[in-house]
Amino acid sequence: MPLTPVESLLSIAVMAGVTFLTRALPFLLFDRGEKPPRVVLYLGRVLPPAIIAMLIVYCVRGVTFAAPAGWVPTLLAGLAAVLLHLWKGNDLISIFGATGLYMVLVQGVFG
Amino acid sequence: MNRKTLAAAFPVTVPVLMGYLAIGMAFGLMLQSAGYGVGWALLMSLTIYAGSGQYLGVSLLAAGAPLGQVAFLTLMINFRHLVYGLSMLEKFRGMGPRKLYMIFSLTDETYALLSSARPPAGIAPHNFYFTVAMLDHSYWILGSVLGSLLGSALGVDTTGVDFAMTALFLVIAVGQWKKAGSHLPALLGAGITLVSLLLVGQEEMLLPALALIVIALTLLRPRLEGREEEPGPGKREEEPQCR
Repeated sequence: MPLTPVESLLSIAVMAGVTFLTRALPFLLFDRGEKPPRVVLYLGRVLPPAIIAMLIVYCVRGVTFAAPAGWVPTLLAGLAAVLLHLWKGNDLISIFGATGLYMVLVQGVFG
Repeated sequence: MNRKTLAAAFPVTVPVLMGYLAIGMAFGLMLQSAGYGVGWALLMSLTIYAGSGQYLGVSLLAAGAPLGQVAFLTLMINFRHLVYGLSMLEKFRGMGPRKLYMIFSLTDETYALLSSARPPAGIAPHNFYFTVAMLDHSYWILGSVLGSLLGSALGVDTTGVDFAMTALFLVIAVGQWKKAGSHLPALLGAGITLVSLLLVGQEEMLLPALALIVIALTLLRPRLEGREEEPGPGKREEEPQCR
């Protein structure tokens, strides 16, 4: 815990405030019948896949290639998540299957 | 909230119950392993109430990220809510003070339920929507509290449980990839972030990556606008179960 409790509270307040703001914005701006600008609608469609791809890279930023333990668990568990999802199409199976595999790999096999 | 409305709303929310209990528990476990106990899990799920946002929140808290970065990343990861709100303008009209709660609780899953489920005859639509929203929120809180308690009670080795966040984003990406008219936004997002990681480093990689992604997508608008079809009713029907 690098943050003090007060700093943590502030962070959480910011997360809560900004999350509410993103949900409220359409109602604040367009509830009186104005059409949203086309560029907003366009970004609303193309930004989410780009942001998720960015976050995946962010999640695996700590991967190192000096030893197999630095990258093999992430690669195998990541593949498991994608393949399980293509196969079963069930979010819970994919997420818990991949996370379970990752935990076994980092704690047992490469631990 | 009367009993008849509850009886009509509950069956509709059962898939979300399963999903939120599981994803909420993983959140509680992750938060616990970052050094934040059950009170924090309760507080975050009560006040933030966002799946992927709270997963990201755990790593922001664990990294001690500055408030500006917290605000900007939360804004970006929640950008899709803009689209949700736009399609709920009509539905929430005339709900009075309850409308504030409806807006607050408009998660991916609640959005999916509200856009597809029809209130049965004899049930006031607004009461039905409100009950669905409250039930979903309570499942999320319950899940995260259970996960947090489980993590501290069992004393299990939770090393690696944070991979749940990576897995969640991968699952969302697979779903988006299948529905997308063009894969360019996703490839661009990954490519730009990778370059930013190599050039700027792990600590400061996200803000430059985000800025470049927004600029690149805005410049590519003439090319992408035609290919990314308006999300019609057919495209919307397969909503991801959890995010």
